[in-house]
Amino acid sequence: MNNIGVLMTCPMLEYLEKQLEARFKLFKAWNLSSSKPDFFKKHSNSIKAVVGDTTVGADAALIDSLPNLEIVASYSVGLDKIDLEKCKEKGINVTNTPDVLTDDVADLCIGLALAVLRKICVCDQFVKSGNWINGDLGLASKFSGKSVGIVGLGRIGSAIAKRSEAFNCHISYHSRSEKPNTNYKYYSNIVDLAANCQILIVACALTEETHHIVNRKVIDALGPKGILINIGRGAHVDEPELVSALLEGRLGGAGLDVFENEPDVPEELLALENVVLVPHVGSDTEETSKAMADLVISNLEAHFKGEALLTPVT
Amino acid sequence: MESIGVLMACPMNPYLEQELDKRFTLHRFWKVPDKSTFLTSHSNSIRAVVGNASAGADSQMIEALPKLEIVASFSVGLDKIDLAKCKEKGIRVTNTPDVLTEDVADLAIGLMLAVLRKLCESDRYVRSGKWKIGNYSLTTKFTGKRVGIIGLGRIGMAIAKRAEAFSCPISYHSRTEKPEIKYKYYPSVVELAANCDILVVACSLTEETRHIINRKVIDALGAKGVLINIGRGPHVDEPELVSALVERRLGGAGLDVFEHEPEVPEELFGLDNVVLLPHVGSGTVETRKAMADLVLGNLEAHFLKKPLLTPVV
Repeated sequence: MNNIGVLMTCPMLEYLEKQLEARFKLFKAWNLSSSKPDFFKKHSNSIKAVVGDTTVGADAALIDSLPNLEIVASYSVGLDKIDLEKCKEKGINVTNTPDVLTDDVADLCIGLALAVLRKICVCDQFVKSGNWINGDLGLASKFSGKSVGIVGLGRIGSAIAKRSEAFNCHISYHSRSEKPNTNYKYYSNIVDLAANCQILIVACALTEETHHIVNRKVIDALGPKGILINIGRGAHVDEPELVSALLEGRLGGAGLDVFENEPDVPEELLALENVVLVPHVGSDTEETSKAMADLVISNLEAHFKGEALLTPVT
Repeated sequence: MESIGVLMACPMNPYLEQELDKRFTLHRFWKVPDKSTFLTSHSNSIRAVVGNASAGADSQMIEALPKLEIVASFSVGLDKIDLAKCKEKGIRVTNTPDVLTEDVADLAIGLMLAVLRKLCESDRYVRSGKWKIGNYSLTTKFTGKRVGIIGLGRIGMAIAKRAEAFSCPISYHSRTEKPEIKYKYYPSVVELAANCDILVVACSLTEETRHIINRKVIDALGAKGVLINIGRGPHVDEPELVSALVERRLGGAGLDVFEHEPEVPEELFGLDNVVLLPHVGSGTVETRKAMADLVLGNLEAHFLKKPLLTPVV
């Protein structure tokens, strides 16, 4: 398969790059040997696969510029950076990396909730700056037993629910439709969910419908004692509304792994003690990154061998 | 009960102080300029001592207070109380079990996640603006890691229950094997350490468990192992722990307690695989109130000659 052209859209993982280089003719979009127009003139016909991620995927423009594109293999579970309509239209296969990252993202979610409520990062900073000698910090908030509301009860949402249950948290959720096989309380309206939980977690896919699903109304319903945890996509949340709610004390706190304009994070958040901010690390562990990369490679190999894709997106 | 003298060993909780003030004649030991004179002059009126994890009732204090009837600890740990002396003199002792179990277990899991996923480091990374220059490095997955627990009491069991939800295989060491428990038992701490990825100290501090985490245990846990201490500082040989971390012979540590609180070895401050907390295991608004109410409840029960709520001796 060494003459099959594969375009990687941005740096993701060195291991993945090396694996792709070993098996295909790899082109790195961030490191082209010539200008972009020259590059496409020379190579666009030979590129049969695109490997994208949450930062740079495959939009309409890219798809249109690659006439022999057969497959887009995303190094992510989220598909918001891929023009799925266009792929369907042109019969281009799309694969992602579900399941292998579910645990890591759910773990991070619980980690963020604990870090916000128990002020773990504030405390760590307090000790490491030598301030404990001068007196204790104030009290934090208990996590166990709090009510948890999950937006999106897919693989990741369910994994979060399972973990939260071990902390005796009451679980409720909102999704497009009620799920038949769960005991968790369903709310058909996200504002009602927010009004009835203390920790609201965004764990759904980003689509046109879920853009800014966490808006002013939802934030108001969650309230000054409520905590928002976002391990979905930055665009799930109306970020300016979130920032003013936190600054004005209308929202109790937030744990955020994603932002509307990564890697930019609203400056006003940087000084707040009731927020924990992490740089989109939901699946960024050694173990999971390798598993995701292996899944990307396996999907590509399966496609070019004419075998069944491992994790196709339908 | 207003004439009953109660000695509070150190500042611990404003609500508790207030309530004790209302119900008894409260003496704040930390405000006393000359402690031994004070004890002598009040030796006949002090009938109760309220202590905590920092200051309790040692042999000297007990001897100085002949009318002492009860020591009510604002903690579940009893290592600062001379239990043998209390028993000998018929002094009752109460603590605050159960109400703080969940908070301490939550913090243990929080520490594990914070250490493995480098939560505090990556939060600092964002706040310093470094994310604009590049992504943070890869960390370590928590789900599925083997968790070894020393001490399978209330807190140890609560930690196990939580870790199980993350598919962590659980093993433990305690003074005796618990036949009704399905977790794997190891008869020695070194064997437990050699067979787990995350070792948690959750037993009480006694003469036997002092420095239960020593060089041998640390070596067995190894360069990929993580130590979590939500017990007491003296459970761990702190200098050994520090050199193991600095020399990278131990993979990481999450510590809520230290041998000489509030002093913490400065060599740990710059390490990115270490999370350090200022003894906040039970430090939530909800739990400290519940602990305070339990202290008050025990004292009232005692002086009203009713059964104690949570007696130890």
